[in-house]
Amino acid sequence: MFQFINTLLIGVTAGSIYSLMAIAIVLVWRSTRVVNFAAGGLALASSFVGAAILEKSGSFWIALPVAMLAGAVFSAFIEYFFLRPLLNRSGEKNQEIFLPIIATLGLLGIIKAVLNFIYGDRIGVIPPPLSDKGFIVSGESIALSPLRILILGIVLLLMIVLTIVFQRTNLGLSLRAASFAPEISRLAGIRVDLIRTAGWAISGAAGATAGILQTTNGSGSIAPESFEFSLLLVFGFVAAVIGGIESLVGAVLGGLTLGIILAIILMYVGGSLVFFAAFLILILVLLVRPQGIIGVKGGRRA
Amino acid sequence: MHNRQITNRHRFIGFALIALVVYILSNIVDEWRSYQGATVAVYVVAIASVILLTGYSGQISLGHGALLAVGAYSAALTQIYLHAPVWICFVIAVLTTALFGAILGTAAARLSGPYLAGTTLALAVGLPSIANQFSIFGGEQGISFDAGWPPLSFGENFTQYKWFFWIGSLAALIAMWWVQNILRSRYGRSWRAVKSNEVAAELAGINIGRSKVLAFTISSGIAGLAGALLAMTMNNVSPSAFPLALSFSIATGAILSGVNTLGGVMIGSVALVAIPEIASSIADRWSGSENLATLLPEFIVSALLILTVFLAPKGPIEKLRSRHSK
Amino acid sequence: MLKIENLTVDHGAIRALHGVTFNIEKGQLAAVIGANGAGKTTLLRTLSGLNKASEGAAHWGEHNILHAKPESLVRHGISHVSEGKSVIPELTVADNLDLGALWRRNRKEAAKSKQDVVDLFPRLGERLSQRADSLSGGERQMLAIGRSIMSKPELLLLDEPSLGLAPLVIEQIFQAIRELTTAMGLTVLLVEQNAMGALKIADIGIVLNLGSIAATGSAAALRDDPAVRAAYLGF
Repeated sequence: MFQFINTLLIGVTAGSIYSLMAIAIVLVWRSTRVVNFAAGGLALASSFVGAAILEKSGSFWIALPVAMLAGAVFSAFIEYFFLRPLLNRSGEKNQEIFLPIIATLGLLGIIKAVLNFIYGDRIGVIPPPLSDKGFIVSGESIALSPLRILILGIVLLLMIVLTIVFQRTNLGLSLRAASFAPEISRLAGIRVDLIRTAGWAISGAAGATAGILQTTNGSGSIAPESFEFSLLLVFGFVAAVIGGIESLVGAVLGGLTLGIILAIILMYVGGSLVFFAAFLILILVLLVRPQGIIGVKGGRRA
Repeated sequence: MHNRQITNRHRFIGFALIALVVYILSNIVDEWRSYQGATVAVYVVAIASVILLTGYSGQISLGHGALLAVGAYSAALTQIYLHAPVWICFVIAVLTTALFGAILGTAAARLSGPYLAGTTLALAVGLPSIANQFSIFGGEQGISFDAGWPPLSFGENFTQYKWFFWIGSLAALIAMWWVQNILRSRYGRSWRAVKSNEVAAELAGINIGRSKVLAFTISSGIAGLAGALLAMTMNNVSPSAFPLALSFSIATGAILSGVNTLGGVMIGSVALVAIPEIASSIADRWSGSENLATLLPEFIVSALLILTVFLAPKGPIEKLRSRHSK
Repeated sequence: MLKIENLTVDHGAIRALHGVTFNIEKGQLAAVIGANGAGKTTLLRTLSGLNKASEGAAHWGEHNILHAKPESLVRHGISHVSEGKSVIPELTVADNLDLGALWRRNRKEAAKSKQDVVDLFPRLGERLSQRADSLSGGERQMLAIGRSIMSKPELLLLDEPSLGLAPLVIEQIFQAIRELTTAMGLTVLLVEQNAMGALKIADIGIVLNLGSIAATGSAAALRDDPAVRAAYLGF
């Protein structure tokens, strides 16, 4: 029983981090209809920034917001200088989603190469800001540590902030409107180009947070060729697709589903099946609902 | 507009010329170049399978590395357990992967855009790792696949890699011949119709689902052949031979070749093999730093990819063609 | 005054508008009528910055409105309600309305605009918290016009507001449009397939045929013009 609860706790923590990454993917998809693989590279780059700030300042609480800001700036930069010209070129008939995907893969490669150039064999370190030792309950150690509570707290806080921004602010209304109906939004006076950049920036900040939390929840260190970040990108994307790629709530559900099921498989079945299980979960969900858990049938025309 | 019809005879002459070039090349290059030649042949087949699926049938795959893995393991298992001759192993690899692709394609035909991209990506990450779970696949070390030595009658100087180069090129030529025939058949036409406008294609009486599944099946079969060839060049099949990076490389090669035309398939294949070598020689001359040597290939490939997407989104061949016709 | 000179628009190889020239005085309601494919929608889309013009000029007052983006034209008082009930179905009625006024700094005035809309279309006021996809066709059209009013427009470009609506609803909508000019002083360029209804409420009429102007004149005169009657009014 303890073991099962622990497995769930581990799964929820990992899943909440996947959710953040999924949110990063969903935000970009909603604002520009681009599957953004560069998000993994952006998370990695901003985590390196976070590690550098942590080294200088010694404070996780300074490093995290700075990394988020860096992620937002990097992401907005990429949207403005790469994706916008590319999408303007391919024009309105945006049926070819393959090209933007490939472009973001190229960007991912360039980001990793640049990080490799700067860091080489050196690694960035983000040790857990709080103890990762589980609490002891009636003699047994449960997997709920101060660190896990912190991670879950940060993710929850971000989700609340995002919900408020999306539902209660002018920026949120603009973001929603621009993603549903760009043309009508422009006619209503929304600067859709600017709003898209803002969507990418928020995505970058979410991805940066995911990167920092993934690092501190995992090995505590990052390298340009970090396996943990490939995982984060793949599972974040899979979570986003499970959730229906359009929906922030879906991204959260997808991330938690994935995190919990993978933790159970890791504990009770075997480590080498985890990746295949991710594929199976995805295809099972999509067989029942080809638009994901919270997807819109037939896709959205806008 | 082409004022000259390209007939089957022209095509045959073209293929014969390529075969001749391969023959001459294989006799003048050293063993390392022969190995690279065989690798180019592997990429030609793999990229052709992506072009068929994405460029012609309009389905995105980021997971062709997994299909290569199915082909490679099928070939190796056929050899180990059935002691079959190599060419049978290749045939079995094609059939097994095609069957696998048919099942996958049945699920994939209902998916579009990001959903399909996500599914194939998860497959690329998930499938090769299964090999670690079941002992029949040999775990991390993998299992061996031995395409055998060249016949003695070819002489003593006939190296192993030259033999691989021959087999690879022959397989690639046969596969390409078959693919380009399929693309011009009524199946190929129905794929293009479905890709350009599903509703119109359906009204014209094309069964969209069946058309997509068929494309997935054939593409997978060809990818299976590429996998078996890859196993041949490496003498071995293991999970580490099929990382996510392989799937990305194949997709990259398809874009560099021009994803909508089969004709450019050599460009991407040669680029994928040549760039790492060129990059490492640049890195050597520049600084000799090991770090630069490892990161430069990725940087160059990525930069080329972005340049291609911006400057020649339909591929280099189409770019030249449109410039000519202007 | 809206002043259009020699406006020419191409869609690729197809010329959609060819040397269109006309003026509308401030506070006038002008109806643009013509068959399908006459270039009516293209005219509006070009004036609101969604389409690019190949030649010609268009001025709203002193302001050159060609080659400007729709989002900046809104800030110059030009608002376009595009064809087919241009509302965002996923958003609530209130959100759809607010959308039109997001760019306005003065929140008090924006709130007053909202009150104007609710006064003009009381049914929207009752449904502020509903999603727009729960509205009827007529209500959606009201919402689209309402969103436009939220942008405090001086020139309103309306594309086929009567499309797909029942006759009774069309009459309500047309009355509201008339009220926008008479009571609120807006200038309206109304594109309509429903030529008779449009010419009844309009001050002037412009007849487009295959991308060129076939006739202009006072709405009353056009209504009585035998050629126009035969070609566009159906009797």
